[in-house]
Amino acid sequence: MEIREGGFYCVPAECYVDPMVPVTRAVVTHGHADHASRGHGRVWATPETIDIMRTRNYVADETQTTGLPYGQRHDLGGGVTLWFASAGHILGSAQAVFEYQGQRIVAAGDFKRHPDPTCAPFEVVPCDVFITEATFALPVFQHPPLEDEVEKLMRSMRTLPDRTHIVGVYALGKCQRVMKTLRLAGYEHPFYIHGALKRLTELYESYGQDFGVWQLVSEIDRNDKDRFRGKIVLCPPAQINDRWSRRFADPLPTVASGWMQIRARARQKRAELGLVVSDHADWNDLLRTCRETGAGMVWITHGRVEALEYALKKEGINAKGLHLIGIEEAAGE
Amino acid sequence: MSFAAFADLLDDLYFTNSTLAKEAILSDYLRRTPDPDRGWALAAIGGTLSFDLFKRNLVKTLMEERMDPYLFQLSRHYVGELSETVALAWPQSSEPVRLNRLPDLHEVIDEFTRRDKPGIRAYLVTLLDNMSPPQRWALLKLGTRGLRIGMSARTVKKTLANMAGVDVGVLEKLWHGITPPYTSLFAWIDGNAEMPDISNVLTYSPVMLSHPIDEAADLDRLSPETHHAEWKWDGIRVQVAGMNGEARIYSRTGDDISHSFPDLAATVNWDAVIDGELLVRPDGQIGSFNDLQQRLGKKKPSGALMKRLPAHLIAYDIISENGVSFRDQTLDARRKTLEAFIAERHPDHYTISEILEWTTVDDLRGLRQEAADSEGLKEGLMVKRRDTPYVSGRPKHAWYKWKRDPFLLDAVLMYAQRGTGKRSSYYSDYTFGLWANVEGEAKLLPIGKAYFGFTDEELKQLDSWIRNHKVARYGPVQEVDKELVFEVAFDSAHESPRHKSGYALRFPRISRIRWDKPAHEADRLEIMDTLIGK
Ligand SMILES: [Zn+2]
Ligand SMILES: [Zn+2]
Repeated sequence: MEIREGGFYCVPAECYVDPMVPVTRAVVTHGHADHASRGHGRVWATPETIDIMRTRNYVADETQTTGLPYGQRHDLGGGVTLWFASAGHILGSAQAVFEYQGQRIVAAGDFKRHPDPTCAPFEVVPCDVFITEATFALPVFQHPPLEDEVEKLMRSMRTLPDRTHIVGVYALGKCQRVMKTLRLAGYEHPFYIHGALKRLTELYESYGQDFGVWQLVSEIDRNDKDRFRGKIVLCPPAQINDRWSRRFADPLPTVASGWMQIRARARQKRAELGLVVSDHADWNDLLRTCRETGAGMVWITHGRVEALEYALKKEGINAKGLHLIGIEEAAGE
Repeated sequence: MSFAAFADLLDDLYFTNSTLAKEAILSDYLRRTPDPDRGWALAAIGGTLSFDLFKRNLVKTLMEERMDPYLFQLSRHYVGELSETVALAWPQSSEPVRLNRLPDLHEVIDEFTRRDKPGIRAYLVTLLDNMSPPQRWALLKLGTRGLRIGMSARTVKKTLANMAGVDVGVLEKLWHGITPPYTSLFAWIDGNAEMPDISNVLTYSPVMLSHPIDEAADLDRLSPETHHAEWKWDGIRVQVAGMNGEARIYSRTGDDISHSFPDLAATVNWDAVIDGELLVRPDGQIGSFNDLQQRLGKKKPSGALMKRLPAHLIAYDIISENGVSFRDQTLDARRKTLEAFIAERHPDHYTISEILEWTTVDDLRGLRQEAADSEGLKEGLMVKRRDTPYVSGRPKHAWYKWKRDPFLLDAVLMYAQRGTGKRSSYYSDYTFGLWANVEGEAKLLPIGKAYFGFTDEELKQLDSWIRNHKVARYGPVQEVDKELVFEVAFDSAHESPRHKSGYALRFPRISRIRWDKPAHEADRLEIMDTLIGK
């Protein structure tokens, strides 16, 4: 493994992991835009991820795709075996496991350990080298149970029944996880959603997820503002305070994101309600996971690299921050 | 009601933007929460708690004992603030004491107040171990009285007034006469009792304030028949109140500063409320503000200090006497009462503010020049309309202040930066701003920077204030709570498109630190137009 301009490069198999520039051979951990991109010659990913990439137009007709379900071993060439283990991040998200000459390297992509009803749970894969992200690698990030956050939203709807709760969520993963958890918490009204969330929600449904009744906001008469009072509207985060939100009666901007834990961040986003909903591992889970893999070496790709590197070294684990250029800016999803 | 409900309330208020919604949230909480919890919550939000439950330093010490210092530092740096860092990163005790339920808000307050030092420590740890991050945040902010949730005292009073169905003015008067946990107030709001009777309670009465004179527009309004001129003394504006043998001296913001001036308080053997300027009188002469400063903030001044710098009041106005309020009377009528009142007081302690002779505006200019030549004793002139009642707040065209040169501004400290050389460990470079209307909201816009004008002692005080009021960090620049007012002096100002505020100051320096002045009373950006003669 080495780091090249395009990202991680597996030398014997001649392929990149989550490259951000078009390459000949790419292994893709999951469908978020900071991991999956367009223009590759060959792509290896889970079948779900390939479907997501197709939905987002990341694969062209000439792209060759190989869908590998979790656990299925595949010869990548050059003596390298590749298989995917679930990462618990979003539908189809995977850790890419590379085996070569008795050595095992796991590129975890993005992952989380908190339960998520919309994707397979994280699987610990013992390895020699573990490559991890560090998005929330500070002791201040201790993600609360999702049920608590959803209860916060329900409480707000009880206190302010006349307001339209507009929840900003990423289209892939966050949106579906929030909807599913709300259903499990007993929310029975239809969800009103922004058009940008439609296709990926349908894709989740094609994999057997059930979100109950939902309807596109654009299909509802503009004059019917009161329809949304006391209901939940879902849209991409940028829309909560934008022109789009003016069509609702008394909108209450809500953001669901791991960053909402930090008050100043929530205020910055002009969220009146911040739901701490993270698709990434929090501080304790990052440390626990690195420990559980038994890896003697941990490479840290992006996020709060310093803190994680320091804490792992203190535990006697050889850790190294890689400071991948370009990833830091895009680490939104 | 459990502490959890209080923490929920703070979170809801914190994240709500509109004032109306904040009022709705607060009144909803106050309606459904029993006494005394709601009263303590009100005190926390209204900033009327008079004691810390625990010290900030204890919180820091606990964290340093439980967490790797480097990770703590990284976390704090990232979050930008101590309480929130602790709330989020609190490491559970290895064998935590588990509580079956969180105590009520008043139980928390009672426990902390009755415990000794080690007891306070143990209780704080137990609570933090049993709380969620937002609850910990609420506890830490409550305990160290650092609660800032963007709700002004005025909004709090308005909420209560609406609940009681009365004008906010009623609450203004009541507010300083009642104390936490406000059971009498809520009994009245609930309709179970009469309005709390504060006629027998010695309280601060909201004061009347002045507008800076607009030379272009206001001078034409003045005539000796309609307006009085008085010196504007450079001391501190106070209110001296006496009732039933008790005495209080209040700052203009309502803080009780009697303990700093026991010599003046001891002379109060009357029932009245007098508005005036507090100064000291070394060698029988009115002293400068610097002289006075030696007595400000001294909790227990020594006999020697009081002898060297005895306190003195120059009386401006009388608000009430023997239970009769004069607020509705004209200034002329109040002045007669005041003259009679002061005539019976000892001139060592009380004098009446002199009514200055003038006939033309040029006379006033001359007097103002005289003030400018008083070596700082007099700040300028006060010009007051003779037929106005005593209205709390800042009524228009009633009282004008006409300050002497140089140009002075009351600006709010916004950012601080470390100095260089000898000052490299101190925050010694200050950026300050004025209030402006930005898209319908009062916002501070930076107007200038100053590095000098304060003593070494003041530098230390400022440095420690800044360290206790950090908000966020931008590289070397530390943003602070917008709470501290500087009186900034400068030679001239000009328009500058490079500055966000549109102005640049020439030779700005800190002429005084206004520890006594609330930030919202700092100057507005519009004053610059007047200053540069626009
Ligand atoms: Zn990512
Ligand atoms: Zn991702």
